[in-house]
Amino acid sequence: MSATDLHRTIEAVWHIESARVIAGLTRLTRDVGLAEDLAQEALLAALEQWPQSGVPDNPAAWLTATAKRRAIDLFRRNAVAARKHEELGRDLATLEQTVPDLTSTLDDPIGDDLLRLVFISCHPVLSTESRTALTLRLLGGLTTPEIARAFLAPEATIAQRIVRAKRTLAEKRIPFEVPRGAELAARLSSVLEVIYLIFNEGYFATAGDDLIRPTLCEDALRLGRILAELTPQEPEVHGLVALMEIQASRTRARVGPGGEPILLLDQNRAHWDFLLIRRGLAAIDRAHTINSTRGPYLLQAEIAACHARARTPSETDWPRIVSLYTELVHLTPSPVIELNRAVAVSMASGPQAGLALVDALVSEPSLARYHLLPSVRADLLYKLGRQAEARRQFELAASLTQNTRERVLLLTRAASCKTPPG
Amino acid sequence: MRVMVILKTTPEIEKENPVPDPKLMDEMGKFNEELIKAGIVLAMDGLRPSSNGARVKFSGNSRTVIDGPFTEAKELIAGFWIWQVKSLEEAIEWVKRVPADDTEIEIRQIGEMEDFAPVLSEEEIEYKKAKRAELPNQTVNQ
Repeated sequence: MSATDLHRTIEAVWHIESARVIAGLTRLTRDVGLAEDLAQEALLAALEQWPQSGVPDNPAAWLTATAKRRAIDLFRRNAVAARKHEELGRDLATLEQTVPDLTSTLDDPIGDDLLRLVFISCHPVLSTESRTALTLRLLGGLTTPEIARAFLAPEATIAQRIVRAKRTLAEKRIPFEVPRGAELAARLSSVLEVIYLIFNEGYFATAGDDLIRPTLCEDALRLGRILAELTPQEPEVHGLVALMEIQASRTRARVGPGGEPILLLDQNRAHWDFLLIRRGLAAIDRAHTINSTRGPYLLQAEIAACHARARTPSETDWPRIVSLYTELVHLTPSPVIELNRAVAVSMASGPQAGLALVDALVSEPSLARYHLLPSVRADLLYKLGRQAEARRQFELAASLTQNTRERVLLLTRAASCKTPPG
Repeated sequence: MRVMVILKTTPEIEKENPVPDPKLMDEMGKFNEELIKAGIVLAMDGLRPSSNGARVKFSGNSRTVIDGPFTEAKELIAGFWIWQVKSLEEAIEWVKRVPADDTEIEIRQIGEMEDFAPVLSEEEIEYKKAKRAELPNQTVNQ
C-alpha cells in the first residue's frame, strides 16, 4: 500500500471511529476537551506506526488503548488524583485482555457514550455557533480547516471557538450524561437545531462556495441517522431525518441549466431522488409508530412528504398541506409559516381564500421588507383578474429583493399585467 | 459519494431451498445493525436464488428469454448495499468487516451529477446567507 493510500485509509478509519473513541475517553476522563486531545494524539501515533505495522484488525480498540496509555502518562506526570489513575489502569488492563465487542447490542455502553457526547456537544450553555463547530469536530470528524471552509469563516476563529467551547464545558462542569425527564425535550431540541443548521448550510451552498459546503447535507443526514438509532423512541428525531431526506431528494431538480433556482412546483420530478424520498417516508412512518404527537420537524416533514408523494403538481394534496400548516403555526407561530399556509389555502380553496389570509399579514412588521409577501399577493391578485393591483405588488416585490434573477422575474411578471386604458 | 457494495453468491445460496447458516445470519444481522447505527446505509437487499429469476438476451430486434437458474455462480449477485461514504477507503474499511468467507465483495461508485450547485453572483450569495439567517422555514417551499 502506498503512503498516500495508507494515509487515506487512516483518514477513513478516523472518520468511522473517532466519535466513539472520543466518547469512550470522555467517560473515562470526564473532560471532553482532554478526551479529544488524547484521541488526536492516538491518531498521530497511528499515522506514525501503522505504515510499518499495518492497519490493526480492530482500529477503534487500538486508538482507544493508545489514548488511554497517553492519559495514564499524563496523569502520572501531573500527579493527579491516584484514584483516577487507578481507574484508567484497571480499564486499560481489561481492554488489553478482551477486545471490545463492537457488535454487541445487548448492552451498548459505546452507544450510550456516543449519545452523551451528542448532548454535551450541543449543550445550550454554548452559543449555536459553538455547538455547531464542536459537533462537526467531535461527531462529524471534520478538521478545523474543514469546518472553517464549510462555514466560510477564518480558521483561527473556528479554532478559538472550539477551544473556548471545551473550556466552557469544563468550567461549568457540564456533566457527561443523557438528560432525563422534563429536561430531555429541550435538550433534544437543541441537538436537532444544530443538525438542521448544518443541513441548511449545505442545502443553500452555491457553486461560488467551497466544494465542502454541499457535503454538509450528507454530514447532517449521517448525524441525524446516527441519532435516530441512538434515540429510536423520539418521534421528532425521525421527523428531522425525514425532513432532511426529502429535502435532499430535490437536490438535482432545484437548479436550472443557467444556475437559476427552480421552485418546487416547477421542478422536473423525474430528477427527484426516490431512494431518499422512500427513506423519508419510512422515517415518518417510524415516527408514527411511536405515538401520535407531532412536533414541528415531523410536521414540516409531512408537508414535504405531501409534495414528494405527488407524481405531478396537480396531484398534490393541498387540503392536507393546509391542515398540516395549521397545526404547525399553532405549535410555532410565525408570520412566514402563516404566509406559506396562505399559499396552500389558495391552492386548495382558490385565490380569494388565500388572498384574505395574505391581506391580514400586510401589517405584520416582521414581513415589512420580506419580498415574498407582495410577491404572493401579486400572484393571487393576478389570478383574480385584478391586474393593476397585481402589477404594483410585483413591482414592490421586485424593489425588495436583492436577488438579481428574482428581480428580473418579478419585473417580467409586472410587465405582463394588463393595465386598463385611461 | 455513494457506493454500491455487491455480495457475490455462493453455491449454498444458489440452492433451490437454501438453508441459511444461523451463525452467519446472526453475524450478518449484527454487522448490518452496526452499519445502520453508523448512519451510512441508504439501501440494502438480498436477492433470491437465480432459479427465481430470468434473463433477456438482446440481438438486433430479437429478444430471447432464458429462465434461471444460471450456472456461473461466481459472477452472480447475492445481495447489495448502497452506502453514503466520504471516500472509497471508507467503504473498503467497512467491507473488511463483513462477516464473509471464501468470497469476493465488489465496491462500485455510483455516478452523481457533477455539479448541482447553482452559479450565483457574490451579491446573490450574500443575500442568500442573510435570508437563511432570518427565515429557515423558507426551505419548505424549495
